[in-house]
Amino acid sequence: MSKPTLNAPQAPVRRTIDIVNASLKRRHAQERRFRRIGAIAVALGLAFVVLLFADIVGKGYTAFQQTYLQLPIELSAEKIDPAGTREPETLSTADYMAPIRAALRQQFPEVTERRELRQLYSMVSVGAPQFLREQVMENPDLIGTTQEVWVLADDDIDMLVKGQIDRHAPEESRRVNDRMLGWVEHLEEQGRIEKRFNTIFFTQGTSREPELAGIAGALMGSFYTLLLTLILSFPIGVGAALYLEEFAPKNRWTDLIEVNVNNLAAVPSIVFGLLGLAVFIGFFGAPRSTPLVAALVMTLMTLPTIIIASRVALKSVPPSIREAALGVGASPLQTQFHHVLPLALPGMLTGAIIGMARALGETAPLLMIGMIAFIVDIPSGFTDAATVLPVQIFLWADSPERGFVERTSAAIIVLLAFLFLMNLVAVLLRRRFERRW
Amino acid sequence: MNITVDEMEKMTGAMSSAELASERHSRTTVGDFTAADPRMTCRNVDVWYGSKQAINGVSLDIGKNEVVSMIGPSGCGKSTFLRCLNRMNDTIDGCRVTGSIQLDGQEIYDKSLDPVPLRAQVGMVFQKPNPFPKSIYENVAYGPRIHGLTNSKAELDELVESSLEKAGLWKEVKDRLDQPGTGLSGGQQQRLCIARTIAVSPEVILMDEPCSALDPIATAIIEELIDELRANYSIAIVTHSMQQAARVSQRTAYFHLGDLIEVGETNQIFTNPQHRLTEDYITGRFG
Ligand SMILES: Nc1ncnc2c1ncn2[C@@H]1O[C@H](COP(=O)(O)OP(=O)(O)O)[C@@H](O)[C@H]1O
Ligand SMILES: [Mg+2]
Repeated sequence: MSKPTLNAPQAPVRRTIDIVNASLKRRHAQERRFRRIGAIAVALGLAFVVLLFADIVGKGYTAFQQTYLQLPIELSAEKIDPAGTREPETLSTADYMAPIRAALRQQFPEVTERRELRQLYSMVSVGAPQFLREQVMENPDLIGTTQEVWVLADDDIDMLVKGQIDRHAPEESRRVNDRMLGWVEHLEEQGRIEKRFNTIFFTQGTSREPELAGIAGALMGSFYTLLLTLILSFPIGVGAALYLEEFAPKNRWTDLIEVNVNNLAAVPSIVFGLLGLAVFIGFFGAPRSTPLVAALVMTLMTLPTIIIASRVALKSVPPSIREAALGVGASPLQTQFHHVLPLALPGMLTGAIIGMARALGETAPLLMIGMIAFIVDIPSGFTDAATVLPVQIFLWADSPERGFVERTSAAIIVLLAFLFLMNLVAVLLRRRFERRW
Repeated sequence: MNITVDEMEKMTGAMSSAELASERHSRTTVGDFTAADPRMTCRNVDVWYGSKQAINGVSLDIGKNEVVSMIGPSGCGKSTFLRCLNRMNDTIDGCRVTGSIQLDGQEIYDKSLDPVPLRAQVGMVFQKPNPFPKSIYENVAYGPRIHGLTNSKAELDELVESSLEKAGLWKEVKDRLDQPGTGLSGGQQQRLCIARTIAVSPEVILMDEPCSALDPIATAIIEELIDELRANYSIAIVTHSMQQAARVSQRTAYFHLGDLIEVGETNQIFTNPQHRLTEDYITGRFG
């Protein structure tokens, strides 16, 4: 039976399809495993993001509200404006703390002892008279009347009302003693305590008092810094990229420059801070702690990012477009500006925005150039002493007061919101200008 | 000590390939490379990419109102030679051109000559249609605008229309001039590119395999167009299709490994080639 016949079972010929089928199960399993690992990685990443946000928002959202006490304040004419002239000078130098204290005493007539009175007075913020002054100056007719005024509460009271200080904790371990707690509860019963939207947080500079501290100064500092950084780094970066990519001869020098640009992008940011300190402040004598110096440092830092992104954007413009333009007699510069740049611009802008977002969140180099100074005033120009948002966060995070904990988180929320916004703009820009050719 | 080892190597490399080239110069062109009424005259043109020689002493004329086709196996230097004629090779790093190329008696590689106006005089249509990612109108109007060829919007409109008309595209696009040129079909895009080229009234039009990315119908339209354009322009066309060369050109040049092997009347080249290499190529034995 060695001769195979037509009907006899032949030696099993393995067809390709059988081989493929045999391996198919293993391949599918591999694929499933890969997909599962990918999904796990994404889920893990998302979980961390959610955790981070939950933590920050959970800690920070209370800072967007602020506790106020309603007090009937007698704005007696004799005390505030004895001459009756209503001159702004007199009105602004008058003592507004006295009527607030009088109102507090009136609420709690039983308090007479000096130490107790001091505690009673400490329920309102030291900044409260300032706001009362503004109200009176705005509306001098209030003088001579008794008004129900919402007075800014001290941060300890604020914390107590928001529940950050546990009322049931033993008195020794509570920042607010039983007596003050009694006053607060008394006022609460009368509906004289209210949490209102915290405008101070958005309109004021920083302060030693948590209830008076705002991010407006840091926001403006960040704004001026970023604006100047963008003005400086975008044109320089795009120009450098254009030159390197389109005009410079390809030789050892341009290779060297390219390597160095890439290296600069990887240099730790604090090094740029040291450089800024030595060069801009030390050598050129630029004013410390100002958006000007910060922007110069940030420009150095973001330039490599912008140059690299711009070169990639230029490279992605098909050479056929350049040939087409040159072919009808456009000069190299016209070719670049009429055809190549418009196509590369979205990519360049995306790079710039990502660079700006990085600059917005940058802290370390700014510490080196004195942005860490305690600056209450809101900067109104590039050469005013200022701080920036991330540094402000750093400073607040370092403060021991309970009130700064929630403000730190709130400032982080604001910073993250801006970062999100910038990244969103970058994505939208890319979408909007993405073109097919 | 200014010369580095690298540069020395480059120099010696260039020398040796030059020597090599001079040896290969024994290959002389068969047939008459001159034209009766030349618009462009090329004499002993050598082209190097770095130290590699891509064109060896090519001499060829492009006459008025004629279509010269260039054929040959791929990589033989047809595109390279064509791109010399409007100095498009200037944009390639390390590309060097020697010899004489004249347009109407003017040396185009003269140091004092600006390649920008030259490219307006010698237009180019590329292998892959490459309209600007702008509107159809802007595609055609761009050249006249940068050269300041028209004085008013009305004049420009007219020029755009007549250019599109000459390119045989007007009827198809007249209602959508503001739509992107990249939205047209391949054949229409290539005709748009031709319209863009003739909008600046060149004297010579260079075409580098203009139909290689097109279907047969679009190809036929373009071939017809080329024949019409001959009335006003000199045309040099590179093609990989011998049928196309036979259909559109009056003279044909056969390139082989950087040498111009044979030039002659298109009829004669395809029916009675003189050189063995030409014969091998057109009979399909090679390339
Ligand atoms: N930019 C370039 N750099 C270096 N070598 C090139 C370049 N372009 C073409 N070459 C070389 O020159 C020779 C001729 O190319 P090309 O003119 O494109 O041939 P064809 O158009 O006839 O197919 C080829 O060997 C090619 O490798
Ligand atoms: Mg080619």
